[in-house]
Amino acid sequence: MSKDNQIAVKFRDVTLVRGGRPLVSNLSFDIRKGEALVLLGRSGSGKTTTMKLINHLFVPSEGEVLFDGVSTTEWNEIKLRRKIGYVIQETGLFPHFTVEKNVGLVPALEKWDSQKIRNRVFELLQLVSLDPTQFAHRYPHELSGGQRQRVGVARALAADPPVMLMDEPFGALDPITRLELQQEFRRLQEELGKTVVFVTHDIQEAFVLASRIGLMYDGQLVFLGTPEEFKTSEHPEARAFLECIEFAL
Amino acid sequence: MNEFFLIKYGPEIITNALDHLILVVVSIGIATLIGIPLGILITRQKNLRQPVLGFANILQTIPSLAMFGLLIPVPVIGGIGKVPAIVALTLYSLLPIIRNTYTGITGVNPAIRESGRGMGMTDKELLLQVEMPMAMPVILAGVRVATVIAIGIATIAAAIGAGGLGIFIFRGISTVNDQLILAGAVPAAAIALVADLAIGALEKKLQVGKR
Repeated sequence: MSKDNQIAVKFRDVTLVRGGRPLVSNLSFDIRKGEALVLLGRSGSGKTTTMKLINHLFVPSEGEVLFDGVSTTEWNEIKLRRKIGYVIQETGLFPHFTVEKNVGLVPALEKWDSQKIRNRVFELLQLVSLDPTQFAHRYPHELSGGQRQRVGVARALAADPPVMLMDEPFGALDPITRLELQQEFRRLQEELGKTVVFVTHDIQEAFVLASRIGLMYDGQLVFLGTPEEFKTSEHPEARAFLECIEFAL
Repeated sequence: MNEFFLIKYGPEIITNALDHLILVVVSIGIATLIGIPLGILITRQKNLRQPVLGFANILQTIPSLAMFGLLIPVPVIGGIGKVPAIVALTLYSLLPIIRNTYTGITGVNPAIRESGRGMGMTDKELLLQVEMPMAMPVILAGVRVATVIAIGIATIAAAIGAGGLGIFIFRGISTVNDQLILAGAVPAAAIALVADLAIGALEKKLQVGKR
């Protein structure tokens, strides 16, 4: 029993078929509470699909995904999603909302009172190193790419969800800003103890952020382990990714 | 005496222009109240899209004089006078409003819609807080097109006794008096231009804060 308490999300033999073709097949693994699991893989390897199975944007064709021990199909999908922070590439912020309204979105949906929302938004902006008095009233198009992603992270944290899903959130940033945000996010994640599922195709990013790396290949999870274990993995896809950094140096 | 049409028919132009405006404003109002919900409906029920847009499309192809004529024998909403005129103008205005509502909403960046869904917005919340505000400039562009068309077609409504600036035009044609025709056509064109500019300005204003 105590072991089950340590599991945030459990995949049990999950297959998703779309248009007659399996996008992911036979996924069975656990996501532990408080870990940063990075799903690494090429485009089309099924990593984003795997992530979307967690917040019920996709529904398994076979098997089940358990969140807090309950199958996602049994959850009220709205309630489930409000327990899961969600950050995607740049475009995720609402362009017609100010930073303050964007960050306060989920609390507003949850009908917190406006003073409480305001306090929370200010607290979160400070947490992601944006000065609230300077940024709260701006619109997303008035921010730099890095600032937008900070706002995205703050928004996902707003209702203090135990789990966060992040789909290549730093993908569109320049390498220097990216590393800055990766390191800051790593620190934040450890500090807040959030469970994070992070999707990327960037091996370097995986090493900066991951407590465990899950390697996806052709709709399957072909490796799951710590970054140290990943370095010594014999799987050809893992070798191919490792060669990318070796080659770059 | 002064023969310039704007001065000669001045007071009459004002009464007829007001009548004209009432016809247009009432029909656009009704068409908006029907068209926007219909446009939203077909973004949710994709199988209704073809029939609804197809029907509105057919309405648009009926020549306006024929539409007014066809309404004469129809009970309650037909006959002659202001009521059938408003019915006809409303029918003409539906297509641009429905189509632009549909296009505006489906044109919202899928990533934005998905991030809203992923954060746990209900369909209603997504529609009212995200899709509608973002689609508003496109929807208004539809209302703008409908308004300009309705101002033009409303001149023909004089043929079934609905009043408006068309009175001058029909009188001018039957008496071969180009001053009379101008007294109807020029103010109608001016109203259309002003309406176009005004709604256009509103559209621009709603664009602020987004890209």
